Amino acid sequence: MSKKIKNEMQIEFASKSANEAFARIAVAAFVSQLDPTIEEIADIKTSVSEAVTNSIIHAYPNKDGIVKIKAILYEDEIEIEISDTGSGIENVEEAREPLFTTKGNLERSGMGFTIMENFMDNLKVESIVGLGTKISMSKKIKKENT
Amino acid sequence: MNVKHFIEEKVLIFEITEELDHHVVERIRKRTDYEIQRLMPKEVIFDFTKVKFMDSAGIGLVLGRYKQANSFGGKLKIVNANERIKKILEMSGVAKIIPIINLDDTEKTG
Repeated sequence: MSKKIKNEMQIEFASKSANEAFARIAVAAFVSQLDPTIEEIADIKTSVSEAVTNSIIHAYPNKDGIVKIKAILYEDEIEIEISDTGSGIENVEEAREPLFTTKGNLERSGMGFTIMENFMDNLKVESIVGLGTKISMSKKIKKENT
Repeated sequence: MNVKHFIEEKVLIFEITEELDHHVVERIRKRTDYEIQRLMPKEVIFDFTKVKFMDSAGIGLVLGRYKQANSFGGKLKIVNANERIKKILEMSGVAKIIPIINLDDTEKTG
């Protein structure tokens, strides 16, 4: 069963922490075409914020790089890909465990992936050390007014 | 962020007015850390009435200040967190050790 693409977008920005708010607001504005509930928008905003922050902190710890977001809208679903070409994750399974963090000194809670898993329907993490990381996530949008 | 300090009661209140993400937390962590160390209050309160958005960076901020206050016997509370922020705090286990108190019953979402 193939799904019909309704709309798509792609943005790229420098891995500066000031862009975390820009990224989540941009995706929230884009998904609003599907009439999501306030809850659904908040779920998506939080998940985008987590993924983008991971790229900014972990992928490019000592330099600026590029973070890419690609989003596709279907009739009742959004797919979001957030990728970087940074340092990559050595052990993805371990990174996805709740409370696991390599940045405890920066008071990072290790809850990023757990939050994404809870707030989105699907989460896929692909990473190659030295080449980068790609987070793919999707969420069904149950229309508010239909 | 606004900082209020009541000397007699030894209460220190941080009224957060921004969206609590990694960018903002990096900016305000030093100030919260500094004020707690300087005043050693009996009670530290994070007032979340004006916080519309928080991600996991907020967990780190609150937990870090909890540990700091705890080191000299101080307590920490979160006041007026919306349902969503509560959910995130519960997910991470923070809600088990830090009291979250709602002073008004109006539902806040976002």
